[in-house]
Amino acid sequence: MSERIGIYVCHCGSNIAGVVDVEEVARWAGENIEDVVIARDYKFMCSSLGQELIEEDIRKEGLTRVVVGACSPHLHEKTFRRACANAGLNPYFFQMASLREQIAWVTKDRERATKKAKSLIAAAAERVALHAELEPFTVPVNPATLVVGGGIAGIQASLELAEAGYPVYLVEREPSIGGHMAQFDKTFPTLDCAACILTPRMSEAEAHENITLLSYSEVEEVSGFVGSFKVKVRKNARYVVEEDCTGCGICTEKCPTSVVDDVFEAGIGYRKAIYRPFPQAVPKYPVIDTESCLYFNTGKCRICEKVCPTEAIDFEQQDELIELEVGNIILATGYETFDATRITQYGYGRLPNVFTSLEFERLCNAAGPTEGKLVLRDGVTEPKSIGIIHCVGSRDVHYNPGCSAICCMSALKFGHLAIEKSEADVTSFYIDMRPIAKGYEEFYDRLMEEGMHFVRGRVAEVTDVALAPEEEGKLIVQVEDTLLGKQRRVPVDMVVLMVGLEPRPDARDVALRFGISCSMNGWFTERHPKLDPVATMTDGIFIAGTCQGAKDIPDSVAQGAAAAARVLSMITRGHVQIEPIVAEINPEQCSGCRICNELCPFNAIDYIEADAVSEINTALCKGCGTCVAACPAGAITGAHFSNQQIMAELDGLLFDVNEHDETMQPEPTAA
Amino acid sequence: MSRPPSTQPFLHEVIEATPGGEALKTCLQCGTCSGSCPSGPDMDHSPREIFAMLMAGMEDEVLRSNTPWYCVSCYYCMARCPKDIPITDIMYTLKRKSIEARLYDDSAAPDWSESFMGYVESYGRSFELGLATQYHLTHSPLSKVSLGTFALGMLTRNRLGLLPERIEGMDQLNAILEKAKELEAH
Amino acid sequence: MRYAYYPGCSLTRSARAYAESTAAIVGPLGIELVEVEDWNCCGATEYIAINKSAAYALVGRNLALATSIEDVETLTAPCSACYLNLKKVDRYMGEYPDLNQRTNTALAAGGLSYEPGTLHVKHLLDVITEDIGVEVVAGSVSQPLAGIKLAPYYGCLIARPALDDEPAHDTEQPHNLDDLLTALGADVVDYPVKTNCCGGHMAQISASTAYGLIGKLIGAAAKAGADAIVTICPMCQLNLDAYQTQVNRHLGTKYKMPILYFTQMIGLAMGMKPADLGFGQEIVSGKPVLAKVGLPVHEPAGPTPKRRSRRNDPSLPMPGSRGER
Repeated sequence: MSERIGIYVCHCGSNIAGVVDVEEVARWAGENIEDVVIARDYKFMCSSLGQELIEEDIRKEGLTRVVVGACSPHLHEKTFRRACANAGLNPYFFQMASLREQIAWVTKDRERATKKAKSLIAAAAERVALHAELEPFTVPVNPATLVVGGGIAGIQASLELAEAGYPVYLVEREPSIGGHMAQFDKTFPTLDCAACILTPRMSEAEAHENITLLSYSEVEEVSGFVGSFKVKVRKNARYVVEEDCTGCGICTEKCPTSVVDDVFEAGIGYRKAIYRPFPQAVPKYPVIDTESCLYFNTGKCRICEKVCPTEAIDFEQQDELIELEVGNIILATGYETFDATRITQYGYGRLPNVFTSLEFERLCNAAGPTEGKLVLRDGVTEPKSIGIIHCVGSRDVHYNPGCSAICCMSALKFGHLAIEKSEADVTSFYIDMRPIAKGYEEFYDRLMEEGMHFVRGRVAEVTDVALAPEEEGKLIVQVEDTLLGKQRRVPVDMVVLMVGLEPRPDARDVALRFGISCSMNGWFTERHPKLDPVATMTDGIFIAGTCQGAKDIPDSVAQGAAAAARVLSMITRGHVQIEPIVAEINPEQCSGCRICNELCPFNAIDYIEADAVSEINTALCKGCGTCVAACPAGAITGAHFSNQQIMAELDGLLFDVNEHDETMQPEPTAA
Repeated sequence: MSRPPSTQPFLHEVIEATPGGEALKTCLQCGTCSGSCPSGPDMDHSPREIFAMLMAGMEDEVLRSNTPWYCVSCYYCMARCPKDIPITDIMYTLKRKSIEARLYDDSAAPDWSESFMGYVESYGRSFELGLATQYHLTHSPLSKVSLGTFALGMLTRNRLGLLPERIEGMDQLNAILEKAKELEAH
Repeated sequence: MRYAYYPGCSLTRSARAYAESTAAIVGPLGIELVEVEDWNCCGATEYIAINKSAAYALVGRNLALATSIEDVETLTAPCSACYLNLKKVDRYMGEYPDLNQRTNTALAAGGLSYEPGTLHVKHLLDVITEDIGVEVVAGSVSQPLAGIKLAPYYGCLIARPALDDEPAHDTEQPHNLDDLLTALGADVVDYPVKTNCCGGHMAQISASTAYGLIGKLIGAAAKAGADAIVTICPMCQLNLDAYQTQVNRHLGTKYKMPILYFTQMIGLAMGMKPADLGFGQEIVSGKPVLAKVGLPVHEPAGPTPKRRSRRNDPSLPMPGSRGER
C-alpha cells in the first residue's frame, strides 16, 4: 500500500516567498512527486491556522506522511510534529525542509532558489515515505541537583530547589561561600551593605536540611546524562576536623605566619597561613594554606595544634573523594577581574596609588584591611582627590571587546562612598555612562547632586611626572575632555581602575569537564541568547550568573532562580524524554571487533564480555552516526538515518538528473 | 552590508587610502587619541574631532585643519586606541590629501616635507643643511639668529654636511619612484 | 652573528658619534654588520606625507638591496625611524596584498623585487639585548659605569606601533635598555617618560611644541638625578642635545644634560677611549660623565634598614607581592 503524503510550502510572509516561488513549488510537488495527495502553499505554517490545516488534512485525507517546507527544524520541527501527533499520526512520520535558512536567506536568485526548493521538498518527501514509527523513550530524573559555585547566583538556585523540597549539593571551591559579593562594601543603587543582605542567605544555605554544602571542594569528573549524572567531587583537606572545630579563631590569632591575601582581600591585605577568608565565612571552619604554613614547609611550628581548645587540627588529614548522583547540574562559577597590569599606561603595579575596583571595595569595607578607612597605599594618608577610570580592559579590542555591564554603576557607588567617608573630590572619567536598569539613572542623578564630577573622555595615561607645581606629588590623569574638546591633566591623589569582568581563567577546562560549550574567551554558552539564557545545549546542565556573561546582582539572582525553575520542572515531571534518534547494534551481525567503542564521542557504547558483542546505551547516544559509518560489518543502524532513508533523500535532491524514478520528469536544464 | 560609499564619500576616500582604515568606522569618540597626543594642544582640532568631522562629511574643514601637520608620528594614539584604528596612518593620508587640496593656512610643515622629498629625489639621501636653509629662508627668517648658533654648533662638531651625498643608483631609484607615482595616481 | 646593516642618513653626519661607537662595539660583541650597498634614504616621516606608493617603494628598494647580502636573515638599523620604516613596509606589504603588488611593480621598474617576510627587521638595540643578550654584554664589561646615573630614553618608534605578532617590548614601559645599562654597571634612574616623543621634526617646524616635549624629557631626567640621558635614536639625540640652549631659553630652565648613545655607553664600559666612541661631538658636553667613569664609588653609610614588623608598618601591599612579613 502506498503512502499518502501531504506537502506544505510555507511563505513565511515574504521571508521565503520573497525569493522562492512557493506556489510553483507546491504545484510542482503535487504533480510530480510520487504518493503526494495534497500539496499546499500557505502564508504562515507555524500559526495555529497553519497547524490546523495539517491536522485537518491528516484526518480528512488520511495522510500517512507530512512534509513542511519552512524555516529551520531548530525552530518549528517540534511544532509540526506536535500537530501530527494531535491528529493521531506518529510525529516521526514528519519531515521538515528548511527553505528559509538554506535557500531564501542565502540567495537572491529566484530561479535557483525555486529549483533548490523543489529539490529539498522532493528529498523530504522521498525520505519521509521510508520513516519508521518511533517512540521517544523516557528516563527518570534524579531529584537531587548539583550546584557548582556558591556565589549569589548559586546560593539563590540552591535555596529555590531546597525550599521546593529537593536535595541540593552545593560545591564551592573557596573555603567559604559568598563569592565576589562578600567582598563588596555596599551594593548599588540601594546602598545596602553587601554582607548584610548576603549573609542571611549564606546561613540559610548552610542550615537548610536539603542543602549539603561541600566547601573547599571541586568537581573533578562528570559522567552520565540528563536525569542521571555521576559526579566525582574532591573535598580538599582543610587540616581542620570540622566536627570538632568550634570556629573560635584562636588558631588564626596565634599563627605566626602572615601572607598577602590575594583572593578575598584582593591583594591589599593580609591573612594567616591558617585562616578563615572573612569573619562571616560559611562554613566557619578555617583552612590551612600549605604553601605558606611553616609546618608544611619546614616541619616546625604547629602552634595552631597546640592552642586549639578542641584539638581540631589534623595535619594528616587527606582530601576526600565523594561520588554524587544527581539529575541536573547548575553551573554558577562566577567571574574574574581583568588584570590591570596589562594596561601599562595606567600605572597599576608601578604607581603605588593606582588601585583596582576590587581593592577599593576592600578599602571601603569596614571589615577590610583598613577597617573601612579610605587611605592611600601607605596605609595612612587620606586622599583629597580621587580619579575613577571606566572601561579598564573592557570595550577594547586588545583585551575584551565587550562592555562589563556593572562598572559605570560601581563607579557611581564608589563616588558616593568616597564622598560619604572622606573629604575627597571624586571625578569619573568615562566614555559612556551606562546606568541602564531600574533605579540606576536616578542613582546617577543622585551622584551628580552629591557633587561627583564627570569628565567624558577615555583616560590616555596616568603619570607621576609633574609638569606644574600643582602636580607635584600627585598622580596626573591625562585625558581629552571630549565635551570640551580639550586635553586636560587632572592631578589626583588616588586613581581607581574600573577593571572589566572576565571569565574564570579555567572556564574552558570547566566547560570541557561538564560537556558544555563556551565562547572563545570562556563565557559559558547559553542555549539561546534571547530566549534561553540559563540552559545550555547539553540537556540537564544549566548556567546562571556571571559565568554566562557580565551582569549585576539582580540579574545573577534572577538567573539562579530561573535555572532552579528549569530544574524543578524536570524534577516534578519526574522523567525526561530522550529523542529516539539513536543507533542500535544488531548483535547477530556484530563481530565484537570493538572499533565503535573508541570512536563514540559520548562514550555510549559498552562491550558485553559475556556475549562478545557491543551494545549501545540509548540514553547516552546522541545519534551522531559515527559508529554507523564505522562498523565494518554494517551491524549498526541509526534510527531515522538508515541507509535507505539517506539514499531516498539523495534521490529526491537529484530529481532532475535522476534516471531511476520515471514518475518525476527531468526539468529542462536552463541554458 | 555596510553603507555605500556615496553617502560619505570623503570618509571612504580616507579609509580606502589608509591600510587598515576600515576600523575608523568603529570609532567610539572615546578621546584616547587626543588625550595621548603630545602635540594635541597645538592642533586646531584634536584627532578625535577630526574623525568626528570626517563622519560628518566636513571635508573642507578637515583639509584646512592644521591637525595632520602637527602629528609627530609618536604612535601613542594608534597603540592605545581601543578599536585599533590606524590613526597615525590616517594622519599621513590626510597630509597627502591636504597637499593635493592646498587648503592649509600655514604651509610650514607641508613645505618641509616637500623640500625633504626634493632632496631625496635628487640625491637619494636627505641633505639637512639644504633642507634647513631652504625652509628657514621662507618660513621663519626671525629665528635665523638662534638657529644660526645651532647651526654653528653642529658645523664645528662636523655634524652638518656642507654638501649633499649622492647615491650611485639614482637612475634606478628614479625609475622606481616614477613608476610608484604613476601607480599612486590611479 | 651576521646582519644586514642599514645606517640611515643621520649616521653619516649628524649622528656620526652613533656610527663610530656602533662600529667600535659590534666586534667584541660578536656582531658582523654588512652595510646594504648603495642604500637610499628611508623617507623618515616626510616622504609618506607626500605619496604613499612612492614612500613604500623608497623603503622597498632598501629591503630589496638587503636581500642580496649573503647569509643574513636580519636587517638591522640603529635609527628608530629607519627601523620603523623598514619594518612597517615589510609588515604592511605582507598584510595588504594591494600594497605588496604596487610596491613590487614599482621596484620592478628598477629591476628589483622584495617578498615580504624575507628579512626580519630589528633595531640595533634589540639585536644587542635579544640576539646577543644582556649577559654577554655584561661579560664584556671591564670598566663598570659604577656610580653613574643614567636615564634610559627609548623614544617612540622602537616601542610603537607593535608590529610583531609577539611584540618584543611593552609599548609604554619597555625595559631592555634599562637592563642593558644596569648590566654595564650604571644606576638606572626611574624614568617613566622613557617612550615619550622628542618632538621629531617639530623642532624645526613648530619649535614651541617641540621645546615643551624636550623640556619634559630632560626635566624628568634631571629631577631623577640622572647624569645623562641615553638614547637609541639620532633624531632624539639631536633634539635633546642640539636644542638644549633654546629649550632653556624658552622654558627658563638651566639644563645641562648630556645626551649620549647607548653604544657609546657600551664602549665606555668595555674600556674603550671616548674619542673612539664619538665623544666630543655632542653639543652639551659629555665630559662630566666621562669624568665619573672609573671613579671609586662612595656610598654614604646610612643606617641599615630595619626589618619592619607588621605592627609598625601600616602600608598596604603592592599588587603582585606575595611575600611573607
